[in-house]
Amino acid sequence: MPDGHMTQSPEGASRRRFLQVTGGAGVGLMVGFTWTGTSRRAEAAAVAAKAFEPNAFVKVAPDNTVTVLIKHLEMGQGVFTGLTAIVAEEIDADWAQMRAEHAPANAKLYNNTAFGPIQGTGGSTSVYNSWTQLRQAGATARALLVAAAAQTWGVPASAITVSKGVVSSGTHKATFGDLAATAATLPVPADVPLKDPKSFTLVGTKLPRKDSAEKTTGKATFAIDVVQPGMLVAVVQRPPRFGATAQTIDAKAAKAVKGVVEVVEIPRGVAVLATSYWAAHQGREALKVTWDESKAEKRGTDAIIADYKALLPKPGQLVTKEGDVDAVKGAKTVKAEFTFPYLAHAPMEPLTCVVKLDKDACEIWAGDQFQTIDQGNAAKTAGLKPEQVTIHTVYAGGSFGRRANVESDYIVEGVSIAKALADAKVQGGKLAGRPVKLIWSREDDVRGGRYRPLYVHGMEAKLGADGGVLAWRHRIVGQSIMAGGPFDQPGKPDATSVEGAAEIPYTIPNRLVDLHTTTSPVPVLWWRSVGSTHTAFAVETFIDELAAEAKQDPVAFRRTLMEKHPRHLAVLNLAVEKAGWDKPLPKGWARGVAVAESFRSVVAHVAEVSQDDKGRIKVERVVCAVDCGIAVTPDVVKAQMEGGIGFGLGAVMFGAITMTDGVVDQSNFDSYRCLRIDEMPKVEVHIVPSANPPTGVGEPGVPPLGPAVANAIAALTGKRIRDLPFAGSVSV
Amino acid sequence: MPPIKLTLNGKPWSVDADPDMPLLWAVREIAGKTGSKFGCGAAQCGACTMHVDGQPVRACSTPIGSIAGSKVTTIEGIEGKVARAVQDAWVKLDVVQCGYCQSGQIMSAVALLTDNAKPTDQDIDSAMSGNLCRCSTYVRIRAAIHEAAKALEI
Repeated sequence: MPDGHMTQSPEGASRRRFLQVTGGAGVGLMVGFTWTGTSRRAEAAAVAAKAFEPNAFVKVAPDNTVTVLIKHLEMGQGVFTGLTAIVAEEIDADWAQMRAEHAPANAKLYNNTAFGPIQGTGGSTSVYNSWTQLRQAGATARALLVAAAAQTWGVPASAITVSKGVVSSGTHKATFGDLAATAATLPVPADVPLKDPKSFTLVGTKLPRKDSAEKTTGKATFAIDVVQPGMLVAVVQRPPRFGATAQTIDAKAAKAVKGVVEVVEIPRGVAVLATSYWAAHQGREALKVTWDESKAEKRGTDAIIADYKALLPKPGQLVTKEGDVDAVKGAKTVKAEFTFPYLAHAPMEPLTCVVKLDKDACEIWAGDQFQTIDQGNAAKTAGLKPEQVTIHTVYAGGSFGRRANVESDYIVEGVSIAKALADAKVQGGKLAGRPVKLIWSREDDVRGGRYRPLYVHGMEAKLGADGGVLAWRHRIVGQSIMAGGPFDQPGKPDATSVEGAAEIPYTIPNRLVDLHTTTSPVPVLWWRSVGSTHTAFAVETFIDELAAEAKQDPVAFRRTLMEKHPRHLAVLNLAVEKAGWDKPLPKGWARGVAVAESFRSVVAHVAEVSQDDKGRIKVERVVCAVDCGIAVTPDVVKAQMEGGIGFGLGAVMFGAITMTDGVVDQSNFDSYRCLRIDEMPKVEVHIVPSANPPTGVGEPGVPPLGPAVANAIAALTGKRIRDLPFAGSVSV
Repeated sequence: MPPIKLTLNGKPWSVDADPDMPLLWAVREIAGKTGSKFGCGAAQCGACTMHVDGQPVRACSTPIGSIAGSKVTTIEGIEGKVARAVQDAWVKLDVVQCGYCQSGQIMSAVALLTDNAKPTDQDIDSAMSGNLCRCSTYVRIRAAIHEAAKALEI
């Protein structure tokens, strides 16, 4: 998810926001903060007997565990580990005593400072926006533990040291748990100094993930595993074409299926409720619905692409203008057109939520990625106030952006179904209040929309006689992700359509980037690395093509143009050095390189590809270099690069959602092919040492992967692939 | 319809269900063991992988009535030195990301190592290619299977 145009620096405006929210609202950094409205003194007393909670992020229990409340969704990207490490560092804990749990939905305490007043996860911002906040939380907790020890032992605080969870002074020794009760009675200090990063002992080291054990024993709880007393399982029949609505419903056969309890209409379709998923699924198979398709998308993707291509010769909304592209007469003009298909996120856990709706309260269990937005939409649907909606965030089985959407689609469906059951006309209201577990099938997911938009790009460059790039024109055509949502900036080009193209790390004197924003009933959404999924591909394959036109080595060509971007240059240099760019490869192999900045991090990949005697392309090895500022938990950074490489590779090789006359052609993993283990290259990750504050890692591994592989394929076969996925052009 | 009798994780299990109900849903919703996951419902992703009489099967596409009398083992019930070695290697190398597919990955890996004590990369790729991981933890799955094989040698 993007945030390029709504970002505040956590060191500047957003830090002030944090202090405002917590300090100004009178709840943050306060002993004994609890979620209820009881008096502070009562809270302090109650808490002292149990645990020490110096602020909204840290709990120290008498059993000596330190729990960090994680305001972000753990969906695999490692926030339970990374965010916990930040607190552990400043409080000087032993890693083994640290615990992580999802924080409740509460935008006042747990907003993403990069999003403003919204609690949510995305844009690779979790560590970035939490860095200072959690350092302060950990340091404040440490100061209180030290003060408690000083008071207990009658020694000055300056004579006390804390190391690996042990507080000591001379012969005195205590654990955090020993001191928790006393610490909870002390006043919370302001402006506690943070550590000099040079003295970090945990941050920057390999720390075991906090969620590995429960995720290797089947004990981790995802929304699909949540069971509530009296719960019904729901599936929804949605229209075959985007934008259609139910016209007639014949539920007789569906209701005759053993285990089916009720069939209700909701705004997005028709829900079948049963005592089990299997019964609900069978009930849906028996359901007969006709659809009003007067407002539906009836174009196929071929027609959409043709419509977009027709826009390419026409000037679009201006995004970037430097110099005068039209005034340049180069020695040579190079042109290229690209098409990028719709892509589904297809997280392993299909969309699922459990909803319990009562007259004045709504409880939701979900791998919730957008708590504040979801609270608002759930409240609106249920006819409640947002504060009457409680969200229990549980582990998400992947997301890649899918679980965060401004319409809260699957959450609203769940609440709509629960609300329909409360209607007195439905079985006399006797199903009112029954918890509902909504499960999307894989087919629902693949056909359900909210795709990475389909885009067409047109590029043109003018080269001088010496091969220098004199002019660069880049035109993008596609739907807006942000239009109509809270991050929309009406009148301005959607930043998520052009990020990675508007600014590039190459110095070219004349540059024009413009945008045609199209509309369609096909719902679209951010998809791991968002705009850079397509812009980086166009920019990095085109620059490679220009290097070839200039008869220069693609690395040398980039270096010359990148002189004014030393951070990009350093990442590029590290990747090519570690890959052995100049070393020979086996016959039938070739290398390609690409570098891209996204979410404030810079990543370069060198891909090695081979082609067998049947012409089949295989990616053998990827060497990655990343500059993400301080790598808080380097092994998680590596895992995110490995994952980004595999995720990006599957998409460029064979990822595509296509439609025939508006109906999605794919349905499950057989037709929407994703990368499998036998297609996964060997991966090496190198992290650029940095003293700068941490930046994103969840998404930035994706953008340079596709162009690095395409450039390697071009080097090997001479074929420049510009229509994705590659499977349409070569054997993969 | 008489109940279907099986063994689940070493204990007798009598299921009163439609014989067409997939094993996965019987285990998840009737037996209440939720470690095995629903990912595709079509034997395409492997998230539901269980052992039936020692063999890895896709429980989402196995009708419960077709395996009456069988011994079913899920992630909650695996035991023995191979299972321990695999789970230890998974934790040691921090294989997991979102974790949703990992029960199935582990069930497939245990079956592989039970069959083949020293698999090559190619053996791993062919035994594990039915298990999708959208987080692409594949590099570490390969490494962890080698790690477990090494631990079992000692």
